[in-house]
Amino acid sequence: MLAKRIIPCLDVRQGRVVKGKRFQAIEDVEDPVVLADRYCREGADELVFYDITASAEDRGIFDEVVRRVSKVVNIPLTVGGGIATVEDFTRVLMAGADKVSVNTAAVRRPELIREAALKFGAQCVVLSVDVSKVGPDRWEVVVKGGRETTGMSALEWIKQGVALGAGEVVVNSIDQDGVRKGYDVEFLKQVTAAVNVPVIASGGAGALEHFEEAARVADVDGILAASVFHYGDISIGDLKSYLLSHGVAVRPLDHRFDRAAAGAAEAAGAAEQGGN
Amino acid sequence: MNDQAATPRKPIAIIDYGVGNIQNLINAFERLEIPAVLTADHDVILNAELSILPGVGAFKDAIDKLRNTGIDQVIQQRVREGRPLLGICLGMQLMFEASEEDGDWEGLGLLKGRFVKFDENMGLKVPHMGWNRLVKERQDPVADGLPEDAYAYYVHSYYLSGGDARDIILSSPYGVAVPGLIRKGSIVGMQFHPEKSGAVGEFLIRQVLAVLMGGTQ
Repeated sequence: MLAKRIIPCLDVRQGRVVKGKRFQAIEDVEDPVVLADRYCREGADELVFYDITASAEDRGIFDEVVRRVSKVVNIPLTVGGGIATVEDFTRVLMAGADKVSVNTAAVRRPELIREAALKFGAQCVVLSVDVSKVGPDRWEVVVKGGRETTGMSALEWIKQGVALGAGEVVVNSIDQDGVRKGYDVEFLKQVTAAVNVPVIASGGAGALEHFEEAARVADVDGILAASVFHYGDISIGDLKSYLLSHGVAVRPLDHRFDRAAAGAAEAAGAAEQGGN
Repeated sequence: MNDQAATPRKPIAIIDYGVGNIQNLINAFERLEIPAVLTADHDVILNAELSILPGVGAFKDAIDKLRNTGIDQVIQQRVREGRPLLGICLGMQLMFEASEEDGDWEGLGLLKGRFVKFDENMGLKVPHMGWNRLVKERQDPVADGLPEDAYAYYVHSYYLSGGDARDIILSSPYGVAVPGLIRKGSIVGMQFHPEKSGAVGEFLIRQVLAVLMGGTQ
């Protein structure tokens, strides 16, 4: 059985990690490579980097961030933000991404999902959907970081995206984002029941029990969060201990084993010196 | 185990045959400070202390590329001469008899067994993508010291069926016991991505290298 993945998300602008509460009042946090390395050591199961750059010339800076991060981390790396063409997929995959997420561009041109899945495989293509609750049982797709509504049913779009070849879905509730009142479990339940690919919950983490609720009640495969990790309100180690003690299968952080690996590294280093 | 013998004397050859993105595997060796070269040179692949067959993508495309470059023959010769080979993910799958990925394709036939698709009717999400627990099927030096609750990162839709049970060292539960690490003498295969499996992956890379290059049996 697969472990539920804990996924820190890092928004990057001009080479720095930022986090916007409701996509406004953007505040600078830290060096992406430093944060990535820290999360990796703390037990993150995957990292997501979003390029929230406004201009094309900053794209090269972002690619360089991905390149540097991929050299440091030993866990999967998903990259998104401004992915509009198959060439964009190639660009970030060459920089070191394992998976690529598409959002607004796929809403505009759904064929992008099919083209990318055919070229790189469905496991490479993550459909990221920003959703907003508009009625008692109605969620709609919003784009441009939550600034523009589309009138499309979010559930129908997710089903269509998976049919086109998306191998994973990130559901980002913009109503919950940065508010820290918990994930949109009601909608997530509908999504996990409707599609047969991994579903990642995003938007709303504020407390340990929010993660448990998403994992147990909505049965999502992964849980993404940003600010609670960036500001140190929740540590990944504490979160995993909490989830394990509440019966949620997560990959344990084994410090004994980290030392064993470090010991092997030292032994190999000593052997190398001995051999010279 | 002799520490000195476990140290690579010559660079490890990572076989470059034009499939997928294997930069992350190269990054892993750089992180571990293990010298390795990415090469398509037949002599280097044949004579390196250890050759690694990586791969991501489709089976048919990959086996065709191995044959078109003649690297398939070089690998066969290496194995005949008893020199170690490590296959990772799709590279592991290529070492077996066949794969049913979008057809029925013959592999290198170095090991017994074929790759079949996970059954979606069993309620499984396919591909098998994510962190899964490694279960020890048998004792082997490559898995010595691995904790009971170690996890590895998998991304694949086809798994080994009909393999020699004596060669399956680690498996992961996903509808079936999915062979995760196999070893037959100087041939090792890893179905998971060791370069993406955190400290566990790095630990297993070191162990496999020590066993294959150190002469431990």
